[in-house]
Amino acid sequence: MADSRDEPLVLGIETSCDETGVGIVRGTTLLADAVASSVDEHARFGGVVPEVASRAHLEAMAPTIRRALKDAGVSAKDLDGIAVTAGPGLAGALLVGVSAAKAYAYALDKPLYGVNHLASHICVDQLEHGPLPEPTMALLVSGGHSSLLLSEDITSDVRPLGSTIDDAAGEAFDKIARVLDLGFPGGPVIDRYAREGDPEAIAFPRGLTGPRDAPYDFSFSGLKTSVARWIEAKRAAGEDVPVRDVSASFQEAVVDVLTRKAVRACKDEGVDHLMIGGGVAANSRLRALAQERCEKAGIRLRVPRPKLCTDNGAMVAALGAEMVARNRAASSWDLSADSSLPVTEPHVPGHSHDHDHVHEVSKENLYP
Amino acid sequence: MLLLALDTATPAVTVALHDGSRVVSESSQVDARRHGELLLPAVDRVLADAGLRLDAVTGVVVGVGPGPYTGLRVGLMTADTFGLALGVPVHGVCTLDGLAYASGIDGGPFVVATDARRKEVYWARYDDARTRTGEPAVDRPADIAAEVEGLPAVGAGALLYPDAFPDARGPEHVSAASLAALAAERLAAGEELLEPRPLYLRRPDAQVPKNYKVVTPK
Ligand SMILES: [Zn+2]
Repeated sequence: MADSRDEPLVLGIETSCDETGVGIVRGTTLLADAVASSVDEHARFGGVVPEVASRAHLEAMAPTIRRALKDAGVSAKDLDGIAVTAGPGLAGALLVGVSAAKAYAYALDKPLYGVNHLASHICVDQLEHGPLPEPTMALLVSGGHSSLLLSEDITSDVRPLGSTIDDAAGEAFDKIARVLDLGFPGGPVIDRYAREGDPEAIAFPRGLTGPRDAPYDFSFSGLKTSVARWIEAKRAAGEDVPVRDVSASFQEAVVDVLTRKAVRACKDEGVDHLMIGGGVAANSRLRALAQERCEKAGIRLRVPRPKLCTDNGAMVAALGAEMVARNRAASSWDLSADSSLPVTEPHVPGHSHDHDHVHEVSKENLYP
Repeated sequence: MLLLALDTATPAVTVALHDGSRVVSESSQVDARRHGELLLPAVDRVLADAGLRLDAVTGVVVGVGPGPYTGLRVGLMTADTFGLALGVPVHGVCTLDGLAYASGIDGGPFVVATDARRKEVYWARYDDARTRTGEPAVDRPADIAAEVEGLPAVGAGALLYPDAFPDARGPEHVSAASLAALAAERLAAGEELLEPRPLYLRRPDAQVPKNYKVVTPK
């Protein structure tokens, strides 16, 4: 094995939603994962307020960078690169991170790598289970995304097989928690109640699982409405709402569809590994059912520890380190935050022109 | 002394280098929608024009607004991070003060007003080009028309609303060169500058957009 000191030392910055994350990795080794969250400030609104998140990122950035460097025990001048989430995400929130990363890379005279948030969610597993198998099948589930992605090379080739056609899985958890008066965010609290409930108590619908439905797409909007109606009917009838059973049955409907489709995608594509990432991957029932179904299908399951599944800077650093290791082109100083950066673009390489000519650069001038 | 000054609180993305006695180089571009893309290349250009590297800078000066938030944060986050990486002090200057200083108005009183969007202006009153009286505020022009009546008014906010500001004049936007000159003057006089923290003047719109966290393109 190569001397680990030869592996790229990269600092990653993540601000696509409500977590200000700064992580530091050396190759596939995690050195620091500092996160400042503004989730408490959003709780009373029942969801992430973009302007509140952006303000919090600005305040938290410098202290979080300082903390990450201290935790990692490295000096900024020894870094081999600065990576940052360029998208997708909340536009104003992304822009704070991109501004910080550009200034930091410029001041330290280091290359800058604008990377894709979704590819980072996949790449983070290298910090837990070593280099990603190629290809890797990934199920990404969070408040912002629910996608099945197939990657041959996480720095250059990520193919979307399917995604949600309406709500993200995590959004459905938040919405049902709100209807049940359990607060925000909904994922952890529903997981907790569900452990004491019966997942078969109520037969909630499994969206997009009919024979003619898109095999890898998801839909959670119908489920959400159906659960809300069921709860409202109970209340209208003056009956108590069985929170534990509702939680367990709702959660089962979500994770049943997620795992069923993910396993099917692995079989159809002949992939023997499944990676699950994103905040919803912290759900205990999703982890258990995925384990059970993967074992049955002869698929190796890779799920990072919960703290690496939620948004963090380490995942951005992990992908940045891979960009350095594979000699991918760095981004240029006019890198912009792209709230709808396509999942097919794992990073945003710079253009070949001088800075004087940036105004002439069109899409066609970009490296492939 | 070598100050790097920047401001993104108005539609201008403006950067300047100041050596304590004069502006060494500067760049100003007006594009309200591309602060994020334009700022770092502008810093790079201003340094290259002066034949200097960023590590020669002994302090950073940043306009703290008030200004539309998204653009304002680009300058503040950049200044903050330069300070962190270089280990140099970061000084805040009220963006309206930079405009007042650049106005060239000798006597007073006068008003500076920038565009706060939503049919409002960010504004403040000045006794002279260096002396603000009171804190900056955000208001509808019609609501302050009586208060500013008969006063010359500087900035895009004044030019936009001639009914409230009949004696409106340029410059429209702040320049980092004037911000730097003002900061250099105050530092030389031993004055304290502001903390580099944003002047938002409004509470955030506390609305969770529909599909608030959906970031995957459909
Ligand atoms: Zn995410």
